[in-house]
Amino acid sequence: MLRLSLKRRRALLPYLYLAPGLAWLILFFLIPLANQANVSLQTGNPETGYSFAWHFATYTDAISEYHTQFLRSLLYAGIATVLCLIMAFPLAYFIAYKAGRYKNLLLLLVVLPFFVSYVLRTVSWQLILADDGWVADTLRSVGLLSSDGRLLATTPAVIAGITYNFLPFMALPLYVSLEKIDRRLLEAATDLYASRATAFRKVTLPLAIPGIFAGSLLTFIPASGDFINAALLGTPNQHMIGNVIQSKFLNILDYPTAAALSFLLMSMILIGIFLYARVLGARNLMESAG
Amino acid sequence: MTRRDRIRTWGLGVWAGLTLLYLFIPVFIVVLFSFNDNKGRFNFTWQGFTLRHWNHPFADSDLAQALQNSVSIAVISTLIAVTLGTFMAMALVRYGFRGRSATDMFVFLPLATPEVVLGAALLALFLTLNVNTGFVTIVIAHVMFTISYVVVTIRARLEGMDRHIEEAAMDLGANEWTTFRKVTLPLIAPGVASAALLAAAISIDDYVITSFNAGQTQTFPLYIFGATRQGVPAEVNVLATILLIVVLGLMAVNVAIQRARSRREMRIAGVEPADIGRELAEATARG
Repeated sequence: MLRLSLKRRRALLPYLYLAPGLAWLILFFLIPLANQANVSLQTGNPETGYSFAWHFATYTDAISEYHTQFLRSLLYAGIATVLCLIMAFPLAYFIAYKAGRYKNLLLLLVVLPFFVSYVLRTVSWQLILADDGWVADTLRSVGLLSSDGRLLATTPAVIAGITYNFLPFMALPLYVSLEKIDRRLLEAATDLYASRATAFRKVTLPLAIPGIFAGSLLTFIPASGDFINAALLGTPNQHMIGNVIQSKFLNILDYPTAAALSFLLMSMILIGIFLYARVLGARNLMESAG
Repeated sequence: MTRRDRIRTWGLGVWAGLTLLYLFIPVFIVVLFSFNDNKGRFNFTWQGFTLRHWNHPFADSDLAQALQNSVSIAVISTLIAVTLGTFMAMALVRYGFRGRSATDMFVFLPLATPEVVLGAALLALFLTLNVNTGFVTIVIAHVMFTISYVVVTIRARLEGMDRHIEEAAMDLGANEWTTFRKVTLPLIAPGVASAALLAAAISIDDYVITSFNAGQTQTFPLYIFGATRQGVPAEVNVLATILLIVVLGLMAVNVAIQRARSRREMRIAGVEPADIGRELAEATARG
């Protein structure tokens, strides 16, 4: 009797443990997404309100009107992701294999920016790139920037800001996947007369793919929806889809268009993840997950 | 080590150093300009050293209120998210049940959704239900998007823990609740502390989701963003520096407690002393 009731209790317990958290996520994550699909198909105007009407035209209008911002978001986020990878891979490699007892200290330095306000760090970049700042002055004096050239309010400024803000999200997963690699595999490769470069290409890099995948997603996803960098470091010519969604929602009160745009953004990201996983090889990723 | 190896290592070190410098410079500027003797509203050029902003960091009542709101929101939402998240992680790691892998996927979905979508979707719901946005809706939003981080962090901790200790407690007659309270919780406490720090840091720093669900309520990041047009007052830099010091201090305390504990009990459990950097690294890697 006692054993049976214990068994049943054990079977029920996980559901009990899960229930409150799951309920929160269903109520405030899943239902809002479903509701957003509903809102995106409504018609009306801010004065009289909106009502549901299967109004798919919102989607086609949104695409024809805002495809520039969409493409720009994907482009900026893509460039920033590649730049993050180029900067973070050697950094992660160094921390994983060469840092010795300073490993944890260096990891702390990587996450340090997280503990200063995101908006304030971006304001710092405004200051660094300012027209009368010493960076702009120096570049002008060595002729890399024309005398009326600007750093702030340009496309490179926005991309640099995005790259900066999401760099730790690339570096940390790369570090974790590099650190897990059994170094004896490399020794085996070099013992079998592989050059250092070949060993890196054939052993280290393939084993680091899960980290590259995770890092790219963690960089690309928030970067593609970001609007703070474009708002603070760019002009309307650099505005991304996040800027459009925010102003449609909060200033213009055009809820259906805003909802349709965020739905399109999410679907593009999901398709992107799928394609990216195909390119990197599903087998590699499954192995790492297991 | 051959000469070429040494050159390679050296080059790698320089690259790593430059990248860390890139990460560090804006943080340094935030701290530095809290000491800037700026004339006028703008705090954009260095005009000499002063401590005057440090004398009255809370003089601006709007700013003080915004920071107070941010701290209260962070504390409340962290308490809720950590409680809910710890039990979710327990269920996902310790029990096999129907729908486990689906739940696993679902918990990580918010991490794969851009914040602007999360914020906009939640606001659309509140508008549909005619809920007034403000303090409460910010807390609801923050709990929603920090739960996943909490689950990921605590999960990693639970997975590294030896189950036999819990089984031993049960064999000796403790029920699930007692085992959880007396055995599991003390062992995963460092992970819970890291998760709480992470959740609080994310909450206190959030601009995007908060901007959608704040209504008339001001938070620290909202205040800063609003102030960018007229020039961010140096007091903001002071408060950000204080926050940085507090967080680093809390992290140091967490690590110190773990070090002290690890010498005694943690070794028995086969749990390595955790480190916030590593914990964060693993959490983000899994998310």
